[in-house]
Amino acid sequence: MTVVLSHQAKLAIDAWLTKYPEDQRQSAVLFALKVVQEENGGWLTEDLMDMVAAYLKMPRIAVYEVATFYNMFELEPVGKHKICICTNISCMLKGSDEIVAHFKTKLGIDFGQTTEDGHFTLKEVECLAACGGAPAVQIGRTYYENLTPEKIDAILAELEGVK
Amino acid sequence: MADEVCFRTLHLASPWSLSAYESVGGYQVWRKLLKEKIKPEAIIDELKLSALRGRGGAGFPTGLKWSFMPRNAKGQKYIVCNSDEGEPGTFKDRDILRFNPHQLIEGMAIAGYVMGATVGFNYIRGEFFEPFERVEQALQEARTLGLIGKNILGTQVDFELHNVLGAGAYICGEETALMDSIEGKKGLPRFKPPFPANYGVYGRPTNINNTETFASVPVILQHGGKWFLELGKPNNGGCKIFSISGHVEKPGNYEVGLGIRFSELLSMAGGVQKGRRLKAVIPGGSSAPVLPAEIMMNLTMDYDALSKAGSMLGSGAVIVLDETTCMVKMLARIAHFYFEESCGQCSPCREGTGWMSRLLHRMEKGESKMGDIELLNSVADGIMGRTICALGDAAAMPVQSFLKHFKNEFEYHVTHKRCLIKDL
Repeated sequence: MTVVLSHQAKLAIDAWLTKYPEDQRQSAVLFALKVVQEENGGWLTEDLMDMVAAYLKMPRIAVYEVATFYNMFELEPVGKHKICICTNISCMLKGSDEIVAHFKTKLGIDFGQTTEDGHFTLKEVECLAACGGAPAVQIGRTYYENLTPEKIDAILAELEGVK
Repeated sequence: MADEVCFRTLHLASPWSLSAYESVGGYQVWRKLLKEKIKPEAIIDELKLSALRGRGGAGFPTGLKWSFMPRNAKGQKYIVCNSDEGEPGTFKDRDILRFNPHQLIEGMAIAGYVMGATVGFNYIRGEFFEPFERVEQALQEARTLGLIGKNILGTQVDFELHNVLGAGAYICGEETALMDSIEGKKGLPRFKPPFPANYGVYGRPTNINNTETFASVPVILQHGGKWFLELGKPNNGGCKIFSISGHVEKPGNYEVGLGIRFSELLSMAGGVQKGRRLKAVIPGGSSAPVLPAEIMMNLTMDYDALSKAGSMLGSGAVIVLDETTCMVKMLARIAHFYFEESCGQCSPCREGTGWMSRLLHRMEKGESKMGDIELLNSVADGIMGRTICALGDAAAMPVQSFLKHFKNEFEYHVTHKRCLIKDL
């Protein structure tokens, strides 16, 4: 199966490339991987990474290195909503243990797992720089702060109608 | 004396807007520099007078750093802003990006002018989607006004600025790892020397500063270096944003003069939560050595005072711990963080951070063997000073300081297989 870079992805990557010198196409790799990951439902396949390598004229291995180094890239399928829970010190001091337990019980999954309906993935992450609003999580592009079990219920209900 | 520098638009409606920024004198400095062709050396002198020191954590004098750039060297030079905020406890740059993006843009433009660089990169951590959009919008406004771009206001001065994004890696906050990341590589810290001023992004001379540092510059030049210096204290000029988190009633960012008493800062944050007693404070982000309450309550919050007390001001992230905190659990979480984020380049850090994390987690669970504390100490000593970048030291310093000040809690976990705090 041949995978092709979508027209939309090409446009976005080309626009991003204007930020860098012409002979430094590799500079756009983080952004390019984000674009194709998002188009693919939140995770990267080897085909997608190879495609990015070809488009940016860089060795495939250099793309794999980047994809495995930065933790916002996923190499396995994830749910529609990736819930990234900060458990670092400021969040821990403000009760992230309770937040983690509530998400796990409510969704019936552990860290690194996805609900059977494919809606939610739970991921433990390091400091999100939202310590003033601890405990905090990131879902998609949005930060949710000062979380309580009640707030979590409301957020999940809003996202997917989970009761 | 609060919110006078980086947060000076915060009291206005839509503080991030161009009109809000212009209403407090925004872009006036930039326009004046261009119009009057003020000498770069004069600006560097003003920064030196202001005693502005790097706000990202290292506290290096900004004026001196700017003087290292070979401004007349031929070829491309770069200005880079480190907006890869990720030191646990720190959340100030996110608010500058969200609430006062124009001031950062003006600060970077001034830096380009002073150091003869025509291109800047603002490297924002990948998780900051909302802050990125804000700065991107502000940048478009500045371009539309002709304040950023080619031949700015017809003066033949060029400065193009680009916001770029990371993708989740604490190590990219290290300046040379950040440069590798801009180049589209894994963020691996480089050996120094050569320093960025000679060999930075794409091997070209590069000046890199923290978001808060750049954003302080327009205000310093508007009111003068002396004015800024006197907001703080000698050698510790200006206001600083303290990100206060943990066990306080009102966590948040507080921009106040350096040299403020810790007790006063704590009161501003509503004091220790639930009327509890203060146990300890990590005064400058998770890498800063922890200090017990009795030391903290007699300290002022500035680079020199904290350094003298055996810790550091770091990024200004003040993490407050009340009497219910288990120091073993706390340190185990810190150790886990450095283990997760070690780039793996240097063996002492790659192996040592994992070793420390495992030792501490089994200590917390009451599964330690006798001698684990000594082993932990020796692993930390084995990392300290033996790595390319400061992440190794950052992982070792908390271990050494927690053991120095709270050893009894660790011994209790080892000998009783239980938590001292829970048993009290």
